[in-house]
Amino acid sequence: MPKVKTDARPGGESAGSPAADDEFVLHSLQQTHAADRRYKASKEELLKLYEQMLLIRRFEEKAGQLYGLGLIGGFCHLYIGQEAVAVGLQSALDGNRDSVITGYRDHGHMLAYGIDPKVIMAELTGRHSGISKGKGGSMHMFSVEHRFYGGHGIVGAQVSLGAGLAFAHKYREDGGVAMAYFGDGAANQGQVYESFNMASLWKLPIIFVIENNQYAMGTAVNRSSAETHFYRRGTAFRIPGMQVDGMDVLEVRKAAEIALEHVRGGNGPVLMELNTYRYRGHSMSDPAKYRSREEVQGVREKRDPIEHAKAELMELGVDEAALKNLDKRVRAKVSEAADFAENSPEPDMSELYTDVLVERY
Amino acid sequence: MAIELKMPALSPTMEEGKLSKWLVKEGDEVSSGDILAEIETDKATMEFEAVDEGTVGRIVVPEGTEGVKVGTVIALIAGEDEDASAVEAPAKKTEAPEKTEAPEKAEKAEKAEEAGDSQAKAAKSEGGSAQLESEVQPRKDPVIPAGTNMKTATVREALRDAMAEEMRRDERVFVMGEEVAEYQGAYKVTQGLLDEFGPKRVIDTPITEYGFAGIGTGAAMGGLRPIIEFMTFNFAMQAIDHIINSAAKTNYMSGGQMRCPVVFRGPNGAAARVGAQHSQNYGPWYANVPGLVVIAPYDASDAKGLLKAAIRSEDPVVFLENELVYGRSFELPELDDHVLPIGKARIVREGSDVTIVSYSIGVGLALEAAETLAGEGIDAEVIDLRTLRPLDKQTVLDSLARTNRIVVAEEGFPVCSIASEISAICMEEGFDNLDAPVVRVCNEDVPLPYAANLEKASLIDAARIVEAVKKVCYRG
Repeated sequence: MPKVKTDARPGGESAGSPAADDEFVLHSLQQTHAADRRYKASKEELLKLYEQMLLIRRFEEKAGQLYGLGLIGGFCHLYIGQEAVAVGLQSALDGNRDSVITGYRDHGHMLAYGIDPKVIMAELTGRHSGISKGKGGSMHMFSVEHRFYGGHGIVGAQVSLGAGLAFAHKYREDGGVAMAYFGDGAANQGQVYESFNMASLWKLPIIFVIENNQYAMGTAVNRSSAETHFYRRGTAFRIPGMQVDGMDVLEVRKAAEIALEHVRGGNGPVLMELNTYRYRGHSMSDPAKYRSREEVQGVREKRDPIEHAKAELMELGVDEAALKNLDKRVRAKVSEAADFAENSPEPDMSELYTDVLVERY
Repeated sequence: MAIELKMPALSPTMEEGKLSKWLVKEGDEVSSGDILAEIETDKATMEFEAVDEGTVGRIVVPEGTEGVKVGTVIALIAGEDEDASAVEAPAKKTEAPEKTEAPEKAEKAEKAEEAGDSQAKAAKSEGGSAQLESEVQPRKDPVIPAGTNMKTATVREALRDAMAEEMRRDERVFVMGEEVAEYQGAYKVTQGLLDEFGPKRVIDTPITEYGFAGIGTGAAMGGLRPIIEFMTFNFAMQAIDHIINSAAKTNYMSGGQMRCPVVFRGPNGAAARVGAQHSQNYGPWYANVPGLVVIAPYDASDAKGLLKAAIRSEDPVVFLENELVYGRSFELPELDDHVLPIGKARIVREGSDVTIVSYSIGVGLALEAAETLAGEGIDAEVIDLRTLRPLDKQTVLDSLARTNRIVVAEEGFPVCSIASEISAICMEEGFDNLDAPVVRVCNEDVPLPYAANLEKASLIDAARIVEAVKKVCYRG
């Protein structure tokens, strides 16, 4: 029988196996990851990841407290429950050349990057010693020194901006990779797909990270998204997807390494969906009536990333006392940050008109 | 009866073009769809197709002819029953210039008539873009050193040269936008840049303004110097979130840590007969936002000098050009590095009786008005703001102190306009110097209509400026 000529690419969907198309690697990263899901961490490595997650948890709990006391104003979005995502992914990055950008739920990403908790907390309280001199607030924090490019308050904007960071890496040929985090809500924004298209077309070195915490503010994913398997959303742009358990820091780390290898190899972007969960409301003012207390409690009890890592550490022979000490240390660090943030002065009035423009005209 | 083939208008703003090449010769049979000739407009080389069937009788305008006015008969086609060799051009129509037109316009119409071009005159008098024309040149910018050699250049060439020079000077500078590379620019502003700088630095994007404006902004945050071209600023509405929320505010929100040295540029304001969605001046929108620099030059020297300054600036710049001005020729200084200061207005005509403040295409109209007024004994000073943010209030107030009367002319909507801002400044800071209320001359407060007569009625023109000046001078 003669073959019917079509426009379909060889090895397209009808051909069954994606391996039939050696160009088309949509599923290969997922397969690689499935074959070897978890990073084999040494005790020391896991302890470090655990400590970072714990720092984020305690920091956010304290931020929630300070918000309740009126020391933090406006919007404040906590990262509690999602710690393994930022910590696992960023532990795989090269701090000297890679860049990170995220949305408004940004405290955790900054802490995972090793930015001093004091200047983050002081920004939350709107003080002069805050990382943005008190002029940005919770949603708008940056550290060019750490290649952390924000902290953006407009849902989805960081995806295009992140593609721009990746463009700069490629333009300069500096070997860096941009990592752009966004949520399941932002994943429905139009500019995300404009950016997917250009990033794939130009083979930009970027990892798109969808932190699927199951709710876009108060709207559950199945009420807002026609395709709730977000890792498939890059398929139309020939961007390989990976679905990752975002509650397991070692699985996140392993997935990050696989994605990074692909991107650093000049193969263009990767889309990772990290399935996670936020324990708190969307922001401090959200009573979270759209989900049951049992649902939250269930995740806390069965999937908590920190408890999970703790159990694993104990299996590796770390004793309870050592972990208690570590917790103490972390709490002390957070208290110190809170004291600093409370006691720092507000910005001087002379700062009102500074930094509007860089130059004088 | 032979069919006349007339020089076609191949773009909304085309008034004349070069007949680059005939692809048929006298005696050839042609049928509809055949390509007859290549015609070079101000923007591109276009193919001209036959609509009718017949035999090419006579080629009236030979190939290589430049400046062929739209509507000029360029060839004759004999119909089926005609002898192709015998076809003749029909007698030149004689038509008296319309008495109602301004003397200068009638003169232009006569010139067109001489070129065998009655059609062109008709095309010219329709629509509002004709009334935005100006042939009055600004006076030489005093900051240009005396003795500098001047050449004639279009605004389009000046902008292209500015980009090319800055790209040679700084590796970090690149141009990105729709049709900027292989097409050579939708309005030919990036012509030749791809050849010189290659596809790494001259980048065609898909039609996704929001996305590529974000990529440009992110690249600036990442340390590059992007020039983001919008095919027109109307389309930048899709991307305005990045211009304002991402580019303008980040330096402030980061406490001065994260700069965003990006230039967003492209044509802005009304074009010719393209209707409401393609005809708007966004100057006041961007000028409203702290954190942005907004530049809207008029002549070639300012276009070049200010675009170079914009590319070098550490701040995000919105650089508003004007499609109708791209093809206008001005004096351009031949300097190795012609960079002008941002934030400084320029007095383009000195005068003592009244000040007319304008920017972009309005400057030409203000100069036209000033010429007319001079004939009536009113000596008008004309200020080109050039930069809309930060606004050079002092030059305006100083001029007001000398003339005591002020009119603001703006091709744009009147409500919350730059004209409104200037009025407020004059009232707040120059009240004692005002001998008459400030008068705004803007477009009508309606979406720009398509119909030629309505478009004409909507847009600002020199006559309205003249009228306003007489009003503030209490002259009849």
